[in-house]
Amino acid sequence: MNAPHVLEARDVIAGYAPDLPILHGVSAHVDAGEVVSIIGPNGAGKSTLVKAIAGLVRVSAGNVRLDGRDITGVAAHKLAAEGVGYVPQTGNVFATLTVRENLVMGGAPLAKAAALERIEEICALYPILKDRMRDKAGSLSGGQRQILAVARALLTKPRLILLDEPTASLSPRAAGELFDVVRGLAEDGAAVLMVEQNAKAALRVSDRGYVLAEGQNRIEGPAADLLADEGIGEIFLGFRRDAASTEGAG
Amino acid sequence: MILQHIADGILSGAIVALGAIGLSFTMKMLRFANFSHSELLTWGAYSALVFVAFFSSFGGFFDQTIGPFSFGPGLLLAMLCACVTTAIIALLLHRFVFGRLSRAAGHMTMVFASFGVALILRHLVVLIWGSDPIYYSRELQFAILLPGNVRVLPDQVFLLGLTVVVVIALHLFMTRSRTGIAMRGVAESPDLARASGVNVDRIITWVWVIGASGAAIGGVLYGMTVQLRPELGFSLILPLFAAAILGGTGSLYGAVLGGLIVGLSENLSVMIIPTTYKPAVPFLLILAILYFRPEGIFGERST
Repeated sequence: MNAPHVLEARDVIAGYAPDLPILHGVSAHVDAGEVVSIIGPNGAGKSTLVKAIAGLVRVSAGNVRLDGRDITGVAAHKLAAEGVGYVPQTGNVFATLTVRENLVMGGAPLAKAAALERIEEICALYPILKDRMRDKAGSLSGGQRQILAVARALLTKPRLILLDEPTASLSPRAAGELFDVVRGLAEDGAAVLMVEQNAKAALRVSDRGYVLAEGQNRIEGPAADLLADEGIGEIFLGFRRDAASTEGAG
Repeated sequence: MILQHIADGILSGAIVALGAIGLSFTMKMLRFANFSHSELLTWGAYSALVFVAFFSSFGGFFDQTIGPFSFGPGLLLAMLCACVTTAIIALLLHRFVFGRLSRAAGHMTMVFASFGVALILRHLVVLIWGSDPIYYSRELQFAILLPGNVRVLPDQVFLLGLTVVVVIALHLFMTRSRTGIAMRGVAESPDLARASGVNVDRIITWVWVIGASGAAIGGVLYGMTVQLRPELGFSLILPLFAAAILGGTGSLYGAVLGGLIVGLSENLSVMIIPTTYKPAVPFLLILAILYFRPEGIFGERST
């Protein structure tokens, strides 16, 4: 019998109001060591999908499984304790708290001693944070904030990491560095599900991809195939066949 | 004369600060203006009265007064018991009223519900204890003469000292403990706190317990230095809101500074306006802060 996927979302219907679903039966899965991108046009339901998986949006039908166990409707803080790390698109750090306090927040599910030990490990992994431990997170640059947000999500050594537009408003250089971090997370064995507007850049660091449109699965497959298929880009992502500047997705 | 007004302002500001801390936290974390919070001061003060009577029944140690103060160990223990009682009342209100409404109703519904709860709490006090003023102690106190011809009662010195101790303890709790840090995190972003693994419901319980305990201490100190009457909390409602809004909701230091500013403004205002207009001062402060800096002194400007 095959091992269960780290994450398996099946026929998920979810939204912010009970009678107004954003997702109309979306399915996706992620395995350990994999980076999977969710791409698609604005309003496709990409962020809603990761929020539903993270327990922040109510799933009204379908189910979400973590390592084969049904976690549909489980509270977000319990999912964090069970190995789901989530980095939201905006407001992804506590700006009024210091860098250290942000990391303490991420260690909430752990015992105090274990959390402090883990903070030391994380600081060794991202030395920039160690240098700014006493600074308010709101004073960090965009790239440093994203690193802090990812570091906070890593405190519990999650098996599944959900990233919602991690490179939004980052410089190309900072975005490149963050994608390196994302790739590193998967190489360490985590399953990474990433929502990105910058579809081409995301697919380049991904193993597989899902294209969503209007709250439904449209296309899925290996990232290399999705990148190569210009038809997909034109129809769903706003790539232009003849343009050199085809980085952004619509 | 002005120094006496300043001293009186700091003393009344300390009581307002203790009440405003809880109000400020609930406004920020539960996202509604809880008009029943001031009644928790009344309930804190009156429930302490019950425990004072209880401990006095043992006589001896509990009936003694401490040094120059009008109270003894009985009142200090009663104050602790009042904190527990008031916290239980606040948690029951959260469990059966505000917690339920927050899941289904809008903020305005919560505000109007808090008006209703305030009326019920106030009239329950009248029903149980009557409407006549009551005193914890009939002990006569002699004022201490301070430099500048400022006179304060020993109980007022205790009031100020205890307020400082409470604020320092809360500061350490908010900055050193994981629960305190989580409270600040939840105040900033409940969803991010949830996703980080923080049990927001548990943190909200802490907010009610701390807020109600602060209110109970404020109520007892008010009762100790003035008198107990059912309108005790109601008379403080505007100063409490002024302090919380002035300092910036969700900020411990903001609530303390706001309380002191309100207390000083009220007491200094009588030098230029008739005393009858003194209660209007907090209202003017609210208007001024909402006009010039709506997020308050320590509040974060929303972008």
